[in-house]
Amino acid sequence: MTIADLTVTGGRGKDGRAEPVSEITLRMGDIVSIVGPTGCGKTTLINDIELFANRNTPSGRRVLINGESAEESCSSDPARNPIALISQHTNFLSDLPVEDFLSIHATVRAHEGGEAIRETLGFANKLTGEPIIRTSAMTELSGGQTRALLIADAVVIGNSPIVLLDEIENAGIHRTRALELLKEYRKIFVFVTHDPRIALLSDYRVVMRNGAMQEVILTGKEEGRVAAELRKMDDLILDFRNRIRLGERLTENVLEEQMKACGYLT
Amino acid sequence: MKLVICAGPPTTGKTTVLKQVTKKLIADGRRLAFLKIDVQYAEEDEIFSSEFSIPARKVYSGELCPDHCNVMVLGDAIEWASKHDAEILLVETAGLCLRCSPYVEGLLGLIVLEATSGMNLPRKIGPMLSLADIAMVTKIDLVSQAEREVFRARIQEAAPDVSIIETNALHGIGIDPLVRRIAQANEIKFPLFLRGNPPVGTCTICVGKKEIGWKQHFGVVRPLEGEIFYQGE
Repeated sequence: MTIADLTVTGGRGKDGRAEPVSEITLRMGDIVSIVGPTGCGKTTLINDIELFANRNTPSGRRVLINGESAEESCSSDPARNPIALISQHTNFLSDLPVEDFLSIHATVRAHEGGEAIRETLGFANKLTGEPIIRTSAMTELSGGQTRALLIADAVVIGNSPIVLLDEIENAGIHRTRALELLKEYRKIFVFVTHDPRIALLSDYRVVMRNGAMQEVILTGKEEGRVAAELRKMDDLILDFRNRIRLGERLTENVLEEQMKACGYLT
Repeated sequence: MKLVICAGPPTTGKTTVLKQVTKKLIADGRRLAFLKIDVQYAEEDEIFSSEFSIPARKVYSGELCPDHCNVMVLGDAIEWASKHDAEILLVETAGLCLRCSPYVEGLLGLIVLEATSGMNLPRKIGPMLSLADIAMVTKIDLVSQAEREVFRARIQEAAPDVSIIETNALHGIGIDPLVRRIAQANEIKFPLFLRGNPPVGTCTICVGKKEIGWKQHFGVVRPLEGEIFYQGE
């Protein structure tokens, strides 16, 4: 199935009133963020999308693919499911070795095994601190390795045209590299996020409150300029984070050098 | 009347699934009755009768194997349900036995499994899964999509013909396809037979037949010369 767009029609918020955003259409290639305070219903929204809600979830929303109700076969036959969801529940419960797990999943998704598994592991290992070993049990992976593998699996083996990612910034993976790698693929990406860098990298963002879609904000030119500054600050923090990780002691000299490099000190 | 037999390991969410189903069937105007079979403790009958005001009862199997208890009491239970004018009798079994299945030939057999159980579970539970018509996979909100797909593949390997329905039963998500299957299910037509073969080993001597000679007995028997074999229906 070729996906051109995905539409969410509004349901009800937690107070039972109709959502202010009555309809939103995500087109192929769009990068979208969902923002809002904790508990406002961001995860519920992407769960609705993943389940092809048809007024049968508590929110009462509908999800249309190419303007039509998703066929039941989309959710009952995994090989035809166009949506991959990377949830916050990152712990694998499966006792299988990584290799066996990926091999079964590749079969389910109708791939020739070997190449897809190599590519998935290659992708995942670009995002992790320490590489994933093929023969490890899934349950032995760290939180970051697990999330990296899930993302790689969704993009490569799942080859899903629509990818939903829940708070990727808390995944313990190389976040900026993940964004760069993901942008190489043409898909609809939906990020649930609290991270300004991810939110501003999106084409637009949906603001959630009280279980309802309140507003859709396009990332304008001015925000683009703000984003460029925020990126510098973020890289600065990331650099210091990495120094601490590598066992360095921080000095005022280094801080001054870095601030100068950013143009914040002369 | 239709009969739905539900099995599945303890705490997988059988009751939660059946409650959601009951809610939807009642909304569709169906008249239901509910029977719970368990070994030594159950309160589902009270839940169903107070929440839905439908005829509900339980039976403790005690010394009996709960699935065999099911065979023993089911005939009476159908009579009881039809006296209450029920159109659908839901039977929730203890769901413990890995050797037999509680399902009835020609009538709907449902197993409830949780997505959080190990990948080898479908290989371990035998006829409870392989003889079911529908496998409901619960707690899907707790695992990754990739794992759900692999778990599904493992179920399909153990039971190629079973229909798999994924559900987050707490929130009533994924219940509709099951409700549709129940609405389309066969009506009860006597005589009813247990699906699959029970385990070998019930000895006619143990149950009280004392006549000497293997020709007088059935089940697993043995002559003086030769190996053990099965004789009987």
